[in-house]
Amino acid sequence: MHMPLEDTLGLNLLAANQHQAAHNREHFDAWQLLCLNVMSSPGAGKTSLLEQTLTALSSDLAMAVLEGDMTTQLDADRLEAVGVPVVPITTGRACHLDAAMVSGGLRLLGQRLDPASLDLLWVENVGNLVCPAEFEVGEHRKVALLSVTEGDDKPLKYPVMFREADCVLITKTDLLPYLPVDIERIEAHIHQVNPHCTVLRVSASSGEGLDGWHSWIRRELSAQRHQQVADPRRHGRRDSSGPDHDVVLHLVNA
Amino acid sequence: MHEVDMTKCLVLSMNEWRQQHSPALPVVERVHLQVGDFTCVEPDQLLFTWRLAVQNSWLDGAELAIEAVPLVGRCVRCQHTYSPSAETAYRSPCCDHPMEEIVSGRELRIRSVDYSLES
Repeated sequence: MHMPLEDTLGLNLLAANQHQAAHNREHFDAWQLLCLNVMSSPGAGKTSLLEQTLTALSSDLAMAVLEGDMTTQLDADRLEAVGVPVVPITTGRACHLDAAMVSGGLRLLGQRLDPASLDLLWVENVGNLVCPAEFEVGEHRKVALLSVTEGDDKPLKYPVMFREADCVLITKTDLLPYLPVDIERIEAHIHQVNPHCTVLRVSASSGEGLDGWHSWIRRELSAQRHQQVADPRRHGRRDSSGPDHDVVLHLVNA
Repeated sequence: MHEVDMTKCLVLSMNEWRQQHSPALPVVERVHLQVGDFTCVEPDQLLFTWRLAVQNSWLDGAELAIEAVPLVGRCVRCQHTYSPSAETAYRSPCCDHPMEEIVSGRELRIRSVDYSLES
């Protein structure tokens, strides 16, 4: 006999990914490191910025990179040349990293070093302003890059990415003299969709703004360490209607 | 086409849900989703990938019903709710304030499942 039934789930559509992301974050917190997920469109300068950042900070911070790329290891090779351990994650046709891929990367990283010895773990996502915004990997903070060559309308056209970011870096500012672009308008548009995020102007070529960026990293690392000691639970998000809200339910139900 | 990966996640969640009913085999008629307008999900693509993903599986024939949830913001200055849009840079029409609080529109939720149990 068939009885029509209904189950109310209230589960996030991405619960499977969120579950794995929460698991990754538990590891990050146990290792007391800060995990930053770096996202942007292709060519906004993620790898160049990371090259400069790793070079500048490696004297006193222990770091590693999980490098997402669709098909090649080109970016991973560039970063490895800086002398920081890099685990390439080729996503094949997937246009974003997901939490399971990052978990796989962590296993490979664990064969090379003790992750508890790290201060910072970088996740360089696949170049894309859409999908990575929805797929958490367990990061503590999201960093989005937007280069001045992309135009001031991008925060309005791809609002989810900029809404989700904790820090937005406006990159390639050394090109400003050659472009008909209003950087204040870019900043204003970012703040329209995310009034409280940090927005920094940087150039990996000229070095402009990198000190401020490094200070932000150190500040967030320190804040995260305090939180990991005081409250070992996860870093929450702002929007209560958002995807994160449900993962708590999921874990309780699991 | 991240809807493919989203569908994979959805099928994983449904597989997990099915385990709860073991050893009975639930026959799923419909899965109800809520998809907010302020997400990176295109409902039509989700419907398309769902049909492909469930073919020849225990979910074959199960329908996906998607309820679109509009983006609603609340102006933190005057507490009025409004419909933010890209054309007006997501600002509140009442106080010209940026989009600070989102009341709805970020949902990516499996709301419920209609099914029957074979006995």
